[in-house]
Amino acid sequence: MTDKFISIEGIARRYPGADGGQISVFEDLWLSMSRGEFGCVIGHSGCGKTTVLNILAGLDEPSEGAVIVDGQAIEGTSLDRAVIFQSHALLPWRTVLGNVSYAVTSKWRNWDRAKVKAHAQKFIDLVGLTGSEHKRPSELSGGMKQRVGIARALSITPKIMLMDEPFSALDALTRGTLQDEVRRICLETGQTAFMITHDVDEAIYLADKIFLMTNGPGAVLAEIVENPLPKDRGRIDLHRHPYYYALRNHIVDFLVSRSKTFAATVTNHDPRNVPIVRPGLSEPTIVASPKMIETSPAQTIAR
Amino acid sequence: MTSSLRFRAAIVSIVLFAAFLGIWHISTRGTGTVANMTPEYAKLMGLTATAGKSAMPGPLDVGAKLWEHLKSPFYDNGPNDKGLGIQLGYSIARVGLGYFLAVIVAIPLGFLIGMSPLFSKALDPFIQVLKPISPLAWMPLALYTIKDSSISAIFVIFICSVWPMLLNTSFGVAAVRKEWINVARTLEVGTVRRAFTVILPAAAPTILTGMRISIGIAWLVIVAAEMLVGGTGIGYFVWNEWNNLSITNVIIAILLIGIVGMLLDQILARFTRMVTFPE
Repeated sequence: MTDKFISIEGIARRYPGADGGQISVFEDLWLSMSRGEFGCVIGHSGCGKTTVLNILAGLDEPSEGAVIVDGQAIEGTSLDRAVIFQSHALLPWRTVLGNVSYAVTSKWRNWDRAKVKAHAQKFIDLVGLTGSEHKRPSELSGGMKQRVGIARALSITPKIMLMDEPFSALDALTRGTLQDEVRRICLETGQTAFMITHDVDEAIYLADKIFLMTNGPGAVLAEIVENPLPKDRGRIDLHRHPYYYALRNHIVDFLVSRSKTFAATVTNHDPRNVPIVRPGLSEPTIVASPKMIETSPAQTIAR
Repeated sequence: MTSSLRFRAAIVSIVLFAAFLGIWHISTRGTGTVANMTPEYAKLMGLTATAGKSAMPGPLDVGAKLWEHLKSPFYDNGPNDKGLGIQLGYSIARVGLGYFLAVIVAIPLGFLIGMSPLFSKALDPFIQVLKPISPLAWMPLALYTIKDSSISAIFVIFICSVWPMLLNTSFGVAAVRKEWINVARTLEVGTVRRAFTVILPAAAPTILTGMRISIGIAWLVIVAAEMLVGGTGIGYFVWNEWNNLSITNVIIAILLIGIVGMLLDQILARFTRMVTFPE
């Protein structure tokens, strides 16, 4: 890890508890990403994923530690870090064009109207909303609203895109298309992106690195999983790749059992040196003995 | 379906109105000769005593008088005899001025309270104490300090319309969705621009609702205030005509107060619809 474009250094977030004490969401969290990488955080609700993202965005402040982006410690929000909100957060009194233009004029305050419009239009076209510029958010479907959210985030040409479960409120079909769009855009523009998700397949499809977080409170970053699948993976034949199930099982196993027991079983966890795992063929994908196969046929099929 | 509902409702309204006029007419008409008097004495006593006519004017009397007023709404025959248009004009001008001053004070102050938890807490006790005071209770104090009855009336309008606007503005501003504020924050939008481009449009429907409540209260209060300060205005007209024992004119004034109040409310309702956004 030579090029640390984003570096989260020992951050902690504590809230005042009901009994006057402090409830710690997470302590001493270290995480770094290189330029152009796509990182996904996976963990159960309440593990502080959103807090990490909000701190990265500058919407929240860590109780301790610092975040360094492109060599500079962040202070508050910045136009370099665009956020795509879970609830799309469009301004309902503005049109599609108005919402994107609002972001554009925020970044380039002295641009004239025509230039702003042309720039905004470019990103509306990019997310495939050509023709809907003058609609209001209430006239759009959930997927279209989130496309506007993506266009708005991209239009300010940020250094990092931060996404807080951007597709979780969408139906499976729309989610798939939007994942394709995001992946295409990120690959084309070399965008650095940081996403929070619940969806294992989404993480496998989109992410270069998957950060596994244990359950909160007192959550830790347990493992960094490097995606072994080729960069030019497609969503349709993703599951046919020989490494796919090794990767998927590894993450699911973590979510199902290890995320709960991690704190109790792993005593020598070093938060500054989180193990990096690269599931692949070398990892025994079929470990069950014939006897086990008999007793748990469902598992056999899954593997 | 909706048009037919509207049509049926209109018919019911008309029927109810006609029934009301009918009952009114029957209950106020004369019942015939009730007492035998000498013609001179009868002339002195009037129809109330001779023909059993109610002292309450009937709808026909009111209608005739109303027509008379509508024909010349703006005549001016000295301080005690002005056209209804002039009297209403005075009242509307006072309400307008007091209300306008209230808007200027209440909306910025409401923004401050809504955006700053410190000021919200610090000003809360003052608002809680001042809000329930009847606006007319301020009248003596206003007359004493301002020393002008007309401006005192405007002050009373100001003080009564300021509270609903202030509370609704601060509530609307404080209740702006966190995600919209976060959008502005991530776009590094400054406080002033954020107030105008995010908070104002988001809170506008709530603010306008407060303004609509205020205009209603202001119109309620102006009648009472003008009864006290006298001189001009529809409230003064009502009291003056009561002193003249012209119940017909009192009824006409009541009707007009209602109609103007409705129009003011409708204007604000239209503004509210203009700033309301579908989600």
